Amino acid sequence: MSAAVDTLRLTAEDALGLVERREVSPAELHGAYLEAIGERDGELHCYLRTVAEAEGTSIPIALKDVISTRGVETTAGSRILSGYVPVFDSTVAARCKAAGLTLLGKTNTDEFAMGSSTENSAFGPSRNPWDPSRVPGGSGGGTAAAVSAGLAPWGLGSDTGGSIKQPSALCGNVGLRPTYGTVSRYGIVAFASSLDQVGPVAKTVRDVALLYRIIAGRDAADSTTVELPSAVELPSAERLEGLRVGVPRQAMALEAIEPGVRAAFEAALELVEELGAEVGECDLPLSFDYGLPCYYLIAPAEASSNLARYDGVRYGRRSEGESYREMVEGSRDEGFGDEPKRRIMLGTYALSAGYYDAYYGQAQKVRTLIVREHASAFEKFDVLATPTSPTVAFPLGDRTADPLAMYACDLLTIPSCVAGLPGLNVPCGFSEGLPVGLQLIGPQFGENALFRAGHALERALGLDLVPARLRA
Amino acid sequence: MTWEPVIGLEIHVQLKTRTKMFCRCPVGFGAAENTQTCPVCLGFPGALPVPNSTAIEWVVRLGLALGCEIAPRAVFARKNYFYPDLPKGYQISQYDLPSCINGRVLVPLPNGDHAVGIVRAHLEEDAAKNVHVGGRTGRIGGADYTLVDYNRGGTPLVEIVTAPDIHSAEEAKRFLQLLRQTIVELGISDAEMEKGTLRVDANVSVRPEGSDELRTRCEIKNMNSFTHIARGIEAEVERQVAVWESGGEVEQHTYDFDVATGTLTPRRAKEEADDYRYFPEPDLLPVEPSAALVEQLRAGLPELPAERIRRVGETLDHERALVLVTGGLDALWRDTVAAGAEAVAASNVIANQLVGAGVDPGGVDPAELAKLVEARERIPRQAFDEAIARVAEPGFSAAPYLAREAVSDAAALEPIVDAILAANPAQVEQYRGGKEGLLGFFVGKVMKETKGQADARAVNELVRTKLNVDV
Repeated sequence: MSAAVDTLRLTAEDALGLVERREVSPAELHGAYLEAIGERDGELHCYLRTVAEAEGTSIPIALKDVISTRGVETTAGSRILSGYVPVFDSTVAARCKAAGLTLLGKTNTDEFAMGSSTENSAFGPSRNPWDPSRVPGGSGGGTAAAVSAGLAPWGLGSDTGGSIKQPSALCGNVGLRPTYGTVSRYGIVAFASSLDQVGPVAKTVRDVALLYRIIAGRDAADSTTVELPSAVELPSAERLEGLRVGVPRQAMALEAIEPGVRAAFEAALELVEELGAEVGECDLPLSFDYGLPCYYLIAPAEASSNLARYDGVRYGRRSEGESYREMVEGSRDEGFGDEPKRRIMLGTYALSAGYYDAYYGQAQKVRTLIVREHASAFEKFDVLATPTSPTVAFPLGDRTADPLAMYACDLLTIPSCVAGLPGLNVPCGFSEGLPVGLQLIGPQFGENALFRAGHALERALGLDLVPARLRA
Repeated sequence: MTWEPVIGLEIHVQLKTRTKMFCRCPVGFGAAENTQTCPVCLGFPGALPVPNSTAIEWVVRLGLALGCEIAPRAVFARKNYFYPDLPKGYQISQYDLPSCINGRVLVPLPNGDHAVGIVRAHLEEDAAKNVHVGGRTGRIGGADYTLVDYNRGGTPLVEIVTAPDIHSAEEAKRFLQLLRQTIVELGISDAEMEKGTLRVDANVSVRPEGSDELRTRCEIKNMNSFTHIARGIEAEVERQVAVWESGGEVEQHTYDFDVATGTLTPRRAKEEADDYRYFPEPDLLPVEPSAALVEQLRAGLPELPAERIRRVGETLDHERALVLVTGGLDALWRDTVAAGAEAVAASNVIANQLVGAGVDPGGVDPAELAKLVEARERIPRQAFDEAIARVAEPGFSAAPYLAREAVSDAAALEPIVDAILAANPAQVEQYRGGKEGLLGFFVGKVMKETKGQADARAVNELVRTKLNVDV
C-alpha cells in the first residue's frame, strides 16, 4: 500500500483524506515516510532521530528538536542536552498527539535555534533538497528540508527572528510564524522568551492553517498565551478583491536583496494585483533601521538567562570538576558551541549593571516604537509584503566565518517578529533554480488574512515545489 | 559620646499556600527529598512558571496590614546567578516594581507608639535546600560534595524591608513580635523562626546621638530566634561603637551570628561585586490586582494586633497587653473578663498558668475560666492547677473544683505553721531582722505540707501573725 503514496507530492490535507477514507492506515503512512527518510535523509540530514512506531490515529508529523517530547530525546541541537529525554510533553506535542498525529521524528536545528543555516547544529548541518551543497536555512532547516523532500507531510518549527519563515523560503514551502501568544511555549526549549513562537511548516497554505488550528489557543501552562479572538478559517477564495497590500519602502531599499529574489517578488506582487488586491507602498523606517540591532540586544539578553539552567547539575552533559564552579564552567564550556557562547556573552553584557539602560532598556523602548510603527501601517493595509530572505539558499560554509553576514539573513523577517506579529512565507518563484519566498505580515491575530492572501497567490502561481532533482 | 543604633530589618516569610509559587507542587515539610518537584520547579528545558493567585492575594493582604500602598502594576523580574539550589540559574522575584510599597507600622511601646517605615514587601520564590557534605565550614567552598533537595525550591516567599527606623535591639524585637503576630493572624504563614518560615537579617549602623547621618552599615545573618536577633544586634552595635571610639572606621560587611558563643563571624568577602542582571521576567505578565479586589481584601482584614495592644492597654498595663496580644491570648482574656473575671487576675491566669500548662486558649470556655479566676485564692492550689490543666477539655465544668474548699481553719493550720517555724530558725531570725521577703518561703512550705489544700490567704495571715507576734 505504502508504495502508492508519493510523499514528495502528498499534501497533509490529502494525506488526512486518505486516512479518513481508510485508504491508508496511519501505520502505513508513517512507514512510507520512514522509507523516504531511509532513502534520502542520509544525504540531507533533516532528522536527528526518528520514531519507528506510529502511535496515533492520523497522519505523521515532524517536530523540531527544541520541542519537548515525552520519552523521546530532545537536544535542541546542542551537545549540552545530548541524552536528555524529557519526562513531559510540550503543549504543542500534546496537542498533536491529541489530534492523533504520529511522531515521525525530531528534526535538526541550529543549536538552541540560534542560526540561519543549521550549520550551528552540534550534530552536523542539514542540506537543501534543491541543492545539497547549499543550506536549507535555519534555525528550522531540518523541518523545512524534510517537508520539501517528502520526508514529512508537515512539521512544527519555532521562530524567534525568522527560524520558520526563512528556511521555508529557502526550501520552497509554506511556513507560519504565528502572532506572539497564540501558541503555547510550554515545553519549548527557550531561546528568547519574548520572541519565541511555535508554528507550522507544510506544502500548502491550507495545510499550514489546518496545523495552526490544532496547536493554537490559550494554554494554562503558558501565562503569555491567549484564546484566539476568532476561529481559524481554511482559505478557499482564489481572488483578492478588497485586500490592501502594503510594501514597506525601506525593505525594498535594502541592497542585500539579490536581483533574482527582487524580480520573483515583484512578479508575484503584480499577480497579487491581477487577483484584485490593491498594492501600495508604506513606511517602516524605524523597524528596518533598528529592528535588527534591537533584536540582537533583546534575544541574546533573554538567551543568556534562559541558558543559565544548563549547569550540569540536574540533566544533560556534566563535566567533572574539583569544585561546583569548575563543574559548571566545564559543563558549559564543553556543552555549548560557539554561537550560544557568543550570544550568552552579548546578552550578559547587555544586562550588566551600568549597561542595562543603554542596551536592554533602550532596546525595549525601541521595540515599543516598532510595535507602534507596524500598527500604524495596518491602519491603511490589511497585510504587508516583502521578500522573506534577501537571498536564495547559499552554499554551506559561505557565512560561517562571519556572524554578522549570518545575522543579515534575517534582515527582512526580524522587524515583524520584534513587533510580535504573524508572518507567512509563501513560495513565489525561483532564482538560479532555487525557491524564492514572499513574506506576508499581518496585524496581531491576522492569521486568517494571511491564509486568504497566501492561498490565492499559491493557487494563481501554481508552482511545482518538488525539488527538481527529486522529481520522478 | 552616646551612640544611637540605626537598624533596618529584612524579613523573609514563607507563605503557607497549598502549592508553590509558580507550579502546582505541594508546599510542606517532612516529605522525602526531591519528591515534591516537577519540571517547572526543577528548571527543565521549556518549563514555564504560572503564578499562584493565592500568594498574590496574600501579599496584598499583608501589604494592607502593614499600611502599604498596593501597586496597581507589579512586575516579576529575573535575578540571575549560578548556585546549585537555583535550578533555572535565576530567581523570579519582584524587583523595581514590587506589590507593596511605602508602608508604616506603629509599634506600641511602653512610652507610646513608635513608627517603623515599610520600604517594600514583595513576592519571590524560595531557593532549594543545599546540604554541603564534608569540609568544616558548612559552606560550598571546601565541602566534599553538595546534595540538593528541591522540595523547598519555588515555595512562595514575601520579603519585607523596613526603613532604618529602629533604634535598639529591644525595639527590633518588639517590631518583630508584632509583625509575626500580624502574619500569623492573617493566616498566611506559620512564621516560625526555628522552622525557617520566618527569617530575619538586620542591617546595623551607629551614629552619635542626636545626629541624623547614616554611617556605614553591616548586615547580620543567621539569627534564628527573636532573642538571638536582639543579642546579635547588641553585639554588632557594641563592636561598631568600639571601632569608632578607637578612631577606626566601620567597613561594610556581612556577619554570621554564632548562637553558641554570642559572637559575630565575618563572611568571606566575595571576589567580585554581585551583578544579578535583573530584567523583567518575559514568561510572566505583570501583576495587576483590580482596585475592587484590593478594596475587598482591605475590608476583609481582621482587627490588627497593634490596635488591640493599644485597646487592651487601656485596661491593663502595656506589658500585660503586649504579652496577651502577641501570644494570641487577648480574645480569651476579653471574653473571660466579660464573663465576670477581674481584668488583671484574668490576664495573670491566662498569661502565666494557662500558657505554663500548655493549654490551647482556643478550646477554653471563658465562662468556666472566669469562675476559676474568681475562686483561685479560695480553692486549694492543687484543685486550681488541676482545673487549669483541663479547662480546654470539651464540656469542662469548674463546679467540682470550686466545691473543693480550702483548709482555712486556724486550728488545723496552726500546728503545721508552728512546726515549720521551729524547723527553720535561721530564716525566722532573718525575717525578724527585716528580710520580709521570706514570708513566701514559709507560706510555700506550709502549702507543700498541706499538699495544696490550705487556703493561701489564711496561711499568709497566720504565718505573718506568728512571725510578728512571737518575738
